[in-house]
Amino acid sequence: MIPELGTLALAIALVLSLAQAGFGLFGAHTERLGWMQAARSAVTGVWLFVALAFGVLVFTLVTHDFSVTYVAQNSNSALPLLYRVAAAWGAHEGSLLLWTLILATWALLVSVFSAGLPSVFRARVLGVLGLVGSGFLAFTLLTSSPFARLIPAAPDGADLNPILQDPALAAHPPMLYMGYVGTAVAFAFAVAAMLSGRLDAAWARWTRPWTVAAWMCLTVGIALGSWWAYYELGWGGWWFWDPVENASFMPWLATTALIHSLAVTEKRGLFKQWTLLLAIFAFSLSLLGTFLVRSGVLVSVHAFAADPSRGLFILGLLMFFIVGSLLLYAFRAASLKSEGGFAVVSRESFLLLNNALLVAAAGLILVGTLWPLLMDVLSLGKISVGPPYFNVVFLVPTLPLVVLVGIGMHATWQRARLGYRGRWLVMIAGVALVAAWGIAFGAYRQSGLALTLVGFTAGLFVIGSALVEPWQRLRHRQPLSRAALGMAIAHLGIGIFVIGVTGVTSYKVEKDVSLGVGQSAEIAGYRFTFLGTHPVTGPNYEAIEGRVAISREGKPVTELRTQKRTYRVQRNPMTQAGIAVAWNRDLFVALGEDLGAGQWSMRLQYKPLVRYLWIGALVMAFGGLIAMLDRRYRRSAAATPEPAADARAP
Amino acid sequence: MWRHLGPALAFILLGGLFAVVLVRIGNGRLDVREIQSPLIGKAAPSFRLASVTDGSQWVDSRELAGKMYVLNVWGTWCAACRDEHPVLLEIARSAHVPIIGLDWKDEPETAREFLATLGNPYAAVAADRDGRVAIDWGVYGAPETFLVSASGQVLIKQVGPMTPQIWSDRFLPLLTGGAR
Repeated sequence: MIPELGTLALAIALVLSLAQAGFGLFGAHTERLGWMQAARSAVTGVWLFVALAFGVLVFTLVTHDFSVTYVAQNSNSALPLLYRVAAAWGAHEGSLLLWTLILATWALLVSVFSAGLPSVFRARVLGVLGLVGSGFLAFTLLTSSPFARLIPAAPDGADLNPILQDPALAAHPPMLYMGYVGTAVAFAFAVAAMLSGRLDAAWARWTRPWTVAAWMCLTVGIALGSWWAYYELGWGGWWFWDPVENASFMPWLATTALIHSLAVTEKRGLFKQWTLLLAIFAFSLSLLGTFLVRSGVLVSVHAFAADPSRGLFILGLLMFFIVGSLLLYAFRAASLKSEGGFAVVSRESFLLLNNALLVAAAGLILVGTLWPLLMDVLSLGKISVGPPYFNVVFLVPTLPLVVLVGIGMHATWQRARLGYRGRWLVMIAGVALVAAWGIAFGAYRQSGLALTLVGFTAGLFVIGSALVEPWQRLRHRQPLSRAALGMAIAHLGIGIFVIGVTGVTSYKVEKDVSLGVGQSAEIAGYRFTFLGTHPVTGPNYEAIEGRVAISREGKPVTELRTQKRTYRVQRNPMTQAGIAVAWNRDLFVALGEDLGAGQWSMRLQYKPLVRYLWIGALVMAFGGLIAMLDRRYRRSAAATPEPAADARAP
Repeated sequence: MWRHLGPALAFILLGGLFAVVLVRIGNGRLDVREIQSPLIGKAAPSFRLASVTDGSQWVDSRELAGKMYVLNVWGTWCAACRDEHPVLLEIARSAHVPIIGLDWKDEPETAREFLATLGNPYAAVAADRDGRVAIDWGVYGAPETFLVSASGQVLIKQVGPMTPQIWSDRFLPLLTGGAR
C-alpha cells in the first residue's frame, strides 16, 4: 500500500508540475497575475509531493519492503541504516527521483527568494523549471518507477553495491546533483530573458548568485567523488578521466565560464549572447551527463544498468530542451546585442580569454569522451582515448588559464591599468619561482620535470596574487565587498589545488611489495613493517585486516590498518585502504592477496601534498559561498545600482 | 536568425549520433559492453608479441590454436585491473583454461614487478607496448576479457573488470559446454 502512495504522489506532482509550466509561461505571456500566482503555488505543491514520494522510497528501504523491486535489488536485511537510506540514490530509479526532488527544491528556493524579481519574469523562470520538472517526472513514472512491485516478494535483497557502501559516497550523489540540477536555474533565467527579449545588468545580477550556488555544489560534489575514488577504490588515484567523471566535469567548466561571463554582462553589459549560450551549454552538458550515465551508450564503472528505451526517452528530453532553447536563441540573439567596447588589455579581455580557455577545455573533454562512440557509428575502426589523451590535452588550455587568473583578477574594466599591482605581481612571480625551486630541490631533492617547476610556480603565483587585494584592503582598513573577497578566496583555492596536483603527480611513490609478518619495505624514507593479519566481521561483510607499522629514521610514525572485505551477498572483494594523513603527505597501504606461507602482497604509496587538491576544491567552493552572499544580490530588483559601482568585484 | 543557428544545428547532429547509437543498441546490432560486436563469432585476430615474463620468448596466437583460451587485456596503470586481479587468480586456480595476458601500453619491467608481488594468473603474458594488437582486438579500455574457442573464434568479449558473477554467468557455461 505504501509504495503505491509513492506512485500516486509522483503522478500528482507531474500534474502540478505541468500546471506550474502552463500557468507560469502562459500567465507571463498574457500577464495574468492570478495565473502567475498559481504557478508559485504549484511550485510548493510539486515540492511537497515529490518529497512525499522520496520519503516513501526511503521508508520502504528502511523497513525492508522486499516486495518492491528497487528495494529487493539494492538493499539487504543486514545493510546498516545509513546505507539503506543512501540506497535511495544507489541505482537508476531512485537517483532519478532524487534528481527530480532536487529540481523541485531549486524551484522552491527560486520561488521563495525571488520576491524582488518582476512577477512576469519570475513566472517565466518558474514555468521553464516546471517544464523541465514535468519531463523528468514523466520519465520517472513511465520508464523508471522506483515503486514497481516484485511479485512474489524476494525473501531478502541483493544488497547495495559494496563500492557504494561508504560515507563519502553517500554524500557524493546528492551534492553532485545539487550542482548538476542547479544549472537548470541559470538555464531557466536565460530562457526567460530570451522570451522577454530583455537582458540587462539586473538580469545578470539576479542570475549570478544562483549560478554560483550551483557551481559551489558541483565543486564539492566532484571533490567528494574524487576523494572517495582515492581511498575506496584502493589504488590511490584521484581522477581517472572516466566518461562519467568527465560528464560531471564538463558542466563544471561551463558553469565556471558562465560565472565569469555573467560578471562582464552585469558590470559592462557585454558578452550578452555569449552568456546566454553558456547558460544553455552548462545545463545541456548536465543533461548530457545524465543521458550518458543512464542510457548505456558509454562504458563506465559509474554507469547505471543500461536500457535503450530509457536512453531514447532522455534523448528526447535532451533534444527538446537543448534544441528548443538554442532555436529560441537563434531567433532572439540578434536583438540582444552588446553595447560598448573594451581595450585589448582590460578585465574584459582577460575574462574573454578565461571563457575561451574554459570552453576549449570542456570541448576537448567532450571530444575525448564521445570520440570512441563517433568512430564506432561511422565504422571508422577503434581508437582508445584514455588518460594519456586527457592528461596532455587538458593541460594545454588550463596551464595558461591558471597564469591568467593570477594577472586577470587585478585588471581593471575597459582598460587595464595594473599600476602598483603590476609591481606586486612581478614581485610575487619572482618569489613564487624561487619558492617553487626551493620546494622542488630543497624539500624533495629532485628536479623532476620542468612541468613540476611550472606547476609550483603557477600555483604559488595565483595564491600570492589572490591575497594582494584582501591584504591591501586590510592594511588600509578599507572594506572589501563579499563578492570581491569570495573571488579572492576561490582563486586562492585554485592555487592550492594546483600545488596539490603538481606535488602528488611529480613526487608520488608507489610500490607493490610482498611481505611476511615482521618483514618491511621502505619507500620515500618511510619504513613499512607488516605486523600480521586477523579476521574482522562487519555488519554485512567478512574482512581480513592487516596491520602495518610505519617508521621514519627509526622513529615510529603511525600504525595503519587495511582491510580486504568480502560482502556476504555480492561476494566481490573490496579493499579498504589504510591512510595516514599529515600536512605534507599521505601514507597509504592497501592489502593485496594472500600469497601463501604468511606472505601478503600489498601496495604502499607515498602521496605528497595530495590533500591540497581537495582542500583547494573546498576553498574554491567556500569562495563561491562568500561571493553568493554579497549584499548586492539581496537588493530588490527595483533598486538597480549603477554598474561598475564596485569596479573591482568579479 | 540564420547567423545564430549554428549551436542548434550542432546539437541536432549530436542528437542524431546518439539516436543512431541507441537504435542500434535497441535492435541488438550494437552492444557497447561488447563494443566490437563484429568480432564475436569471427576469427580471433592473430598476434605475435614478446613475452613479458621472458623477453626472449614470443607469445604467438598460432601456438594457442586448438584449445580454448581466455585473453585478458590489462595494464599496471589500470586501477580496475588491480581490482579484478584476485578474481583472475582464483579463476586460474580453479578453471582448466589458460589465461593469456595482453599487457597493454605498459612497461614490461613494471608488469613483471606487478605479477611478482600480486601473483601471476597468466599462462603467458604478451607485451603490447604500442597498443597495436589491442586495436586489432577492438579494445576500448582495460580491463577487457575475451574467450576464444578451440577453432579460434571469439566467443565473448567482456568489457570491464572480471567478477565471479560474470565468470560463472557468461564464461563458465561456454567452457563446460565443451570446446566448440
